[in-house]
Amino acid sequence: MSYARALQCRKCGREYPLEPLSLCDFCFSPLEVVYDYKAISEGSIKEKISNGPPSMWRYRDLLPVDGDVVDLGSGFTPLVKANNLGRELGLDELYIKNDCLNPTYSFKDRVVAVAITKAREFGFSTVACASTGNLAASVAAHAAKAGLAAYVFIPYDIEQGKMIGIAIYNPTLVAVQGSYDDVNRLCGRLVGKYNWGFININLRPYYAEGSKTLAYEIAEQLGWRAPDCVVAPAASGLLFTRIWKGLEELSMLRLIGPVNTHMYVAQAAGSSPIVNAFEAGALHVHPVKPNTIAKSIAIGNPADGYYALKAARSSGGAACAVSDDEVIEGMKLLAQTEGIFTETAGGVVIGVLKKLAASGSIKKGNLTIAVITAAGLKTQEAVADVVRPFVIQPTVESFEEVLGERARA
Amino acid sequence: MAKRRVMFTFPPDLIKEPIIYNLGHKFKVVTNIRRADVSESKGWVVLELEGEDKEIDKGVAWVAGKGVRVDPIVGDIMEG
Repeated sequence: MSYARALQCRKCGREYPLEPLSLCDFCFSPLEVVYDYKAISEGSIKEKISNGPPSMWRYRDLLPVDGDVVDLGSGFTPLVKANNLGRELGLDELYIKNDCLNPTYSFKDRVVAVAITKAREFGFSTVACASTGNLAASVAAHAAKAGLAAYVFIPYDIEQGKMIGIAIYNPTLVAVQGSYDDVNRLCGRLVGKYNWGFININLRPYYAEGSKTLAYEIAEQLGWRAPDCVVAPAASGLLFTRIWKGLEELSMLRLIGPVNTHMYVAQAAGSSPIVNAFEAGALHVHPVKPNTIAKSIAIGNPADGYYALKAARSSGGAACAVSDDEVIEGMKLLAQTEGIFTETAGGVVIGVLKKLAASGSIKKGNLTIAVITAAGLKTQEAVADVVRPFVIQPTVESFEEVLGERARA
Repeated sequence: MAKRRVMFTFPPDLIKEPIIYNLGHKFKVVTNIRRADVSESKGWVVLELEGEDKEIDKGVAWVAGKGVRVDPIVGDIMEG
């Protein structure tokens, strides 16, 4: 049995049963899962985690799941000390949390694993989502493993490569001829009409909980401590807020000391509603029309924007945006210093990290985590200009003529 | 009768216009505000619309045509 106790409104505090619900009936604010932390703390949680599987499910006591889980082996991804990149940026204690190494190559596997497990518990035979890539691939893969039908809505003009990465799992792939906003509106209507487990609508409170495992892992991999700084991308703001929640929970359960972590939101300048609100000193996030190459985090109206803004402010962190050129530079810098090929969202994180280090917001000795959420194979076209091979004939003479000087140096 | 939950975001030039009042008068739609934040420069309102599906569609299209941004209140459903 799980320790999850109820769903609770994040604004007015009203409680609801653990059902497929996402909004408070009174104030229409989002609901989140609350737990019986006292009962959790009475068990030997640390020992249970240490003896658990090398995946996100080692933290299942802190997740809202009851029976068998849908497990592709997500999570427990490497936390790598980034000495080369650190030297480049002037940071001595820099680590990369490499979530590229999940089953479908993005952090979405963490959230989808929990959402699909709950969909099966709730008795849904069909799950659905709307996505431009990462979420769609993860939902299709987990649905295949769980034996559930999947409807995946995508904009009709996304790249062929991304479509293959979704279609291989054989979901019902629906290409919608319309704008980004049209797909949003359509899906908002469909959720009321069909009895589906819509991953980020009626299953959203459960889906969100999967993100916390990223924070648990960081703390455990650091030897049970919270980092000084976290730089993480924000799209809907869900991952960002749940990293914070995860650290706070560990502190509450006395698995780590008090959390003094500064949380930094990273966004692309072409889609930065949270950064705009932070810089304007505003309380609420106003929607924008996204226009950036960092498509996986191009969300104009972030569902958890308000809470991400709050986490950045209350933790003494900040919110910072970078241009598309800086995103590409960031992708190249990470690959060429640490051997990690990230997609554009990771380029955003490295670009923002570079700015924060240069401005002195993040200091040389701060134990800093840069969260890299998905692999570069997903957005190869963004850095296609790196392909400039030396073309030679298959002879030693030709090699030496073109590259002799370089090879002898 | 259908119910639809939406968020209206008003640009500065429309803050003073009684758009929600007119929505309820021009169309057979009952408006029920749950949360809002309106200042001189910008404003948003989270509300529930109740009426026939087609009437809500027409009303929402009229509001959007006035220059108000209309979003699902769960935020963007489409993700990366």
